[in-house]
Amino acid sequence: MDAGALGKTFKDGEVIVRQGDEGHCMFVIQSGKVEVLHDRDGKTVQLAIRGEGDFFGEMAIFEREKRMATVRAMGDVRVLTVDKKNLLRRVQEDPSLAFRVVETMSHRIRELSEKVTRQPTDD
Amino acid sequence: MSTSSPTDVLEKSFAQRPSSSSPRLALESGSRVAVLGGGPAGSFFSYFLLESADRVGLDLHLDIYERRVFSTIGPAGCNMCGGIISESLVQTLATEGINLPTSVVERGIDSYVLHMDVGDVRIDTPLQEKRIASIHRGAGPKGMKERKWESFDAHLQQLALDKGARLIQARVEDISLPDGRPHLKTKDGQGESYDLLAVAVGVNTGTLKIFENLSIDYQSPRTTGTYISEFFLGEEVVEKHLGTSMHVFLLNIPRLEFAALIPKGDYVSLCLLGRDIDQPLVQAFINSPEVKRCLPPGWTLPQTFCHCSPKINLRCAPKPFADRIVFIGDSGASRLYKDGIGAAYRTAKAAANTAVFEGISSESFREHFLPVCKRIENDNRIGKLIFIVTREIQRRRFDRRGVLRMVSKEQRRKSGARHMSTVLWDTFTGSAPYRDIFLRTLHPGFLGVLLWEIVAGFWPFRKGNGMIE
Repeated sequence: MDAGALGKTFKDGEVIVRQGDEGHCMFVIQSGKVEVLHDRDGKTVQLAIRGEGDFFGEMAIFEREKRMATVRAMGDVRVLTVDKKNLLRRVQEDPSLAFRVVETMSHRIRELSEKVTRQPTDD
Repeated sequence: MSTSSPTDVLEKSFAQRPSSSSPRLALESGSRVAVLGGGPAGSFFSYFLLESADRVGLDLHLDIYERRVFSTIGPAGCNMCGGIISESLVQTLATEGINLPTSVVERGIDSYVLHMDVGDVRIDTPLQEKRIASIHRGAGPKGMKERKWESFDAHLQQLALDKGARLIQARVEDISLPDGRPHLKTKDGQGESYDLLAVAVGVNTGTLKIFENLSIDYQSPRTTGTYISEFFLGEEVVEKHLGTSMHVFLLNIPRLEFAALIPKGDYVSLCLLGRDIDQPLVQAFINSPEVKRCLPPGWTLPQTFCHCSPKINLRCAPKPFADRIVFIGDSGASRLYKDGIGAAYRTAKAAANTAVFEGISSESFREHFLPVCKRIENDNRIGKLIFIVTREIQRRRFDRRGVLRMVSKEQRRKSGARHMSTVLWDTFTGSAPYRDIFLRTLHPGFLGVLLWEIVAGFWPFRKGNGMIE
């Protein structure tokens, strides 16, 4: 069934996006898992693990900042690239297309807020 | 003291919002919606209507009327289509959370090969990524022995059913509007009334005649004929000879305007556009050396094979809506020659959002749904112009040679502008609006280089690097 696999396949450990790079697209995971890593002061912290159906790199669609994290394949992973220009043109015609991206970002803010509020008690 | 929940308030605000025309027709919790036709347009509409309704706290009842079972092999389960999901639609659906699984996509397409009498050239997607999907609308062509892939239409229908839609497998025989509400009567004599009816029956059915006689000013879209056939080659042969490319032919064969071979699983689909396509024209195309190069040596047209001559839209329906009725997909508006499933998605979603957020009156659809149809119609006008130019290129050998030279050079370069490649890519794959494509052809870099390559084409041509003459 591999003939019907859409997107591009990355091998275990391959970097899909790199922190500090310019971003012109976001990605949707078609199969497999990726880890989101942040480098700071020479230390690498795993921020999240994303799986099938999840987005990553979506900040590049709405901002012109550099990628804030590195995303690396955990095992074989297949991802579909969504072009910024194509997506923004569709959002311009149908703003509700952004619902799911906004929902995902909202969910991630909630996750982060919970992590931050848990932090002092964990210490 | 009010005991209303936030969703109750939201729901009431949608239902009771004042309107210039009175009384305002709107969906409320408990409203009944019928969708006539369970192909992509009907399934997309059901999916997005139920999703949006859920977001604003509306509890709707939705019935999809579709007599066909898409998991049936052969014409009985097929919706007659070339079966290409464009690059832009694959990305848009992924953003919507609708990812196409490998059990549905028969082949991921990452390139296309343009075949002309002056030579062939392969055009790769800049990202080297498979972002076009070839699918079968039904379970597979007539005569198929082993079912390896699922029907695309069945997959979408299941997504709608998972959202809460109910499938009624019956043929609708009559539609009337007693008290202004759509009333559907099935073959077995059962009748049901609804608050809203979405019509998604395509243009290859007599059902649209019923609506023309309903005094709602509906006129069916103007159509033209096309020809689609499916040939069994086996997965390995398809892989070896056609690979992951869509093969497009610009051949100077009388009456033939456009032709494509699309690799799919064990089969290859042949799609022809032109005037009065008949067996001799199909045979002339198959016998042309450009086509023979793509197929296994000695391959001949089988005695029997699955084929159909479906209609496709030339012009959109002038008024694809009325109070409580909206026409989506081919029954309303579709893109010229390409990306019919993309147009089904756009019109279905616009109709669903209008129904949930704006209302279900004729005025609501005119204000919020019609602009999407108009955009498609206006873009088709530019598309017609592009296809006139394509036809002229098809007729003139020196033009064809100029195009081939320009694309071949662009494909050899590692970087730099790829004017002709992107224009052809978007024209043949349906990935961009025709307006965008047309504007790109006005770029001085495009016109200047093309003119130069046409003139330079009179000198002897160098072979190699993707160019074959």
